[in-house]
Amino acid sequence: MDSFLKITSAFKTFRTPEGGTIRALDDVSLHVRNNEFLTLLGPSGCGKTTLLKCIAGFEDIDDGDISLEGVSLKRVPAHRRPFNTVFQNYALFPHLSVKDNVGYGLDVAGTDKGERNRRVDETLELVGLSGFGAREPNQLSGGQQQRVALARSLVLKPRVLLLDEPLSALDRKMRENMQIELKNLQHSVGITFIFVTHDQEEALAMSDRIAVVANGKVQQLGAPQEIYDEPWNEFVANFVGTSNIFSGKIVKADDGYLTLRTGNGRELMAKSDRFKSGDSASLVLRPEHLTLSGSGEAHSIEGTVTQSVFVGSDMHLHVDVGLGRTALVHHRHEKGGDGEDFSPGAKVSLSYVPEAAHLIEGTGS
Amino acid sequence: MSDAGTFERRKRRTLIYLLAPFTLMLGIFFLIPLGIMAVYSFLEPGLYGGVEWNWYPYNYGRIIGWPLNDYEEFEPIYLKIFLNSVQIAVMTVIGTFILCYPAAFWVSRMKGTKKNLALFLITLPFFANMLIRIYAWLLLLRPTGFFNTVLQSAGLIIEPLDLLFTNFSVIVGMIYILTPFMFLPIYANVERLDYSLVRASQDLGANALQTFRRVILPLTAPGIIGGCVIVFIPALGNFIVPSFLGGSKVQMTGNLIERSFLQSRDWPFGAALALLIMATVVILVMFQISRQSRAEEKGIA
Repeated sequence: MDSFLKITSAFKTFRTPEGGTIRALDDVSLHVRNNEFLTLLGPSGCGKTTLLKCIAGFEDIDDGDISLEGVSLKRVPAHRRPFNTVFQNYALFPHLSVKDNVGYGLDVAGTDKGERNRRVDETLELVGLSGFGAREPNQLSGGQQQRVALARSLVLKPRVLLLDEPLSALDRKMRENMQIELKNLQHSVGITFIFVTHDQEEALAMSDRIAVVANGKVQQLGAPQEIYDEPWNEFVANFVGTSNIFSGKIVKADDGYLTLRTGNGRELMAKSDRFKSGDSASLVLRPEHLTLSGSGEAHSIEGTVTQSVFVGSDMHLHVDVGLGRTALVHHRHEKGGDGEDFSPGAKVSLSYVPEAAHLIEGTGS
Repeated sequence: MSDAGTFERRKRRTLIYLLAPFTLMLGIFFLIPLGIMAVYSFLEPGLYGGVEWNWYPYNYGRIIGWPLNDYEEFEPIYLKIFLNSVQIAVMTVIGTFILCYPAAFWVSRMKGTKKNLALFLITLPFFANMLIRIYAWLLLLRPTGFFNTVLQSAGLIIEPLDLLFTNFSVIVGMIYILTPFMFLPIYANVERLDYSLVRASQDLGANALQTFRRVILPLTAPGIIGGCVIVFIPALGNFIVPSFLGGSKVQMTGNLIERSFLQSRDWPFGAALALLIMATVVILVMFQISRQSRAEEKGIA
């Protein structure tokens, strides 16, 4: 196992003003590989930003250890750690020009003037801002400020670059462009990026690996496809993409094909070798894996449309499948195609292939 | 087009209405008296107060050495007193700054009720009459006062110290009176200081001292300069504090002006002194304004 940046059993508790306590980090262990793009993904307040601050050195962990290549960082103050941070609001120095912002870290380190100017120019070119050196930060657009913040950190050639929701202040188009640019940049500079976000699409698009964080714990660590296709638990299944989850008990196992009986007696098929007959489990079905079919087909579920939302490429259908359960279906929109009348009340039949279904530990049915 | 024109006209009319009271007040009670003062400073003093309407620039000669005639001579004491006033005002600025700068950071980090309480306490001295507050210092500093008694009974000194009627006592009194004026502009600036910039500076490898010198100080400079100017102005022209705590030993220009108007009844000379103080102050304020606007262009202030 490559032990580059290692977080071992980290705990961190905050006191709330009301006198309660919040466990921001609850036994977090995480091994970050060299040169990878790792995303910490989770809802706000889940502990992902706290983890980032602990790595940067702005917060101390109560217990556990953070080490880089086997050397503990616990006693190393923030300004001595070989990490740099890109802040959510960029935190550019308003009294300094773009050039002096980027050169700040080199200036405080006492780097030789010529070397400093050369590296500043180089880095500004890397982020596509050559010629902007003399501007003031407030004369730049959000995207440009973002690049200055990146350049300011990258010029110091950190071992790890920490990015705290850096794209959240940009508009959608700009954000998508920056996602690709960031990913390319990470490739070309060969620096480990730890990227914090609450946006699952962003995480899926950019990361080599994603750590899904909730309630101060790492819920799942894996490549984007693993996270999406094989979520470990209900939280991950719901947080990353949307899922239809049916809980029940396995009643039949037949050559890897399992039959799950849900609370309302419906029987659903799934392929998995992790479970055996008698286990309680939940079946996770992504909305795009449910297709509309003629009734009577195998593995089909009958239901009534309660709502349909047109989002452009897809129709999002909410289908009442009985006993108050609603399934979400993504139906690909076809221009000029017929049979797309999904007004509320329309009867539909949903089917899926058992291989598309994923089974997770049941929470009891 | 005509709509836009009407709108513009209406906007201008509203602006005139809104500014009228302020403009009238400033015109009647400031500009006209100032004009009278400027004119009087170039007139001959009347025998029992008032002025004789003769061109008489020699009032300035007494103070700065030019122009002079046969009757008026250059009296360097006035310049000396003026320089002493400047010195006292500068010391007051330094003293209030040293008190207020750290306090502003401290208060700005407080939360909710505590913060409001701290701000209230800082403005609390305004609620008591200034004469009483200065008089209290007289009691504290005199030879049989609080400080000397304590120091003597502690055995640290044998003879009482000459605390009262010195530059020191005047500066102490000034600092005491003017502290809130220094605190509030600095506080307003520090309060808006974005702490993520401090964090960014640390993140980029700067230690505490470098962060202070390169980030915190430049970003709070507008507040510091603002505070310095509005402490310096009243300190330079003050006459109440020196007349209580300076006695006859410490003179400030304010006392001179007061005396020439009320006691020696030499109105033109008082006016000339007052105008010289004002000129000093105006130069300082111009300096501050030009600095401020430069800072605002950079997006701080």
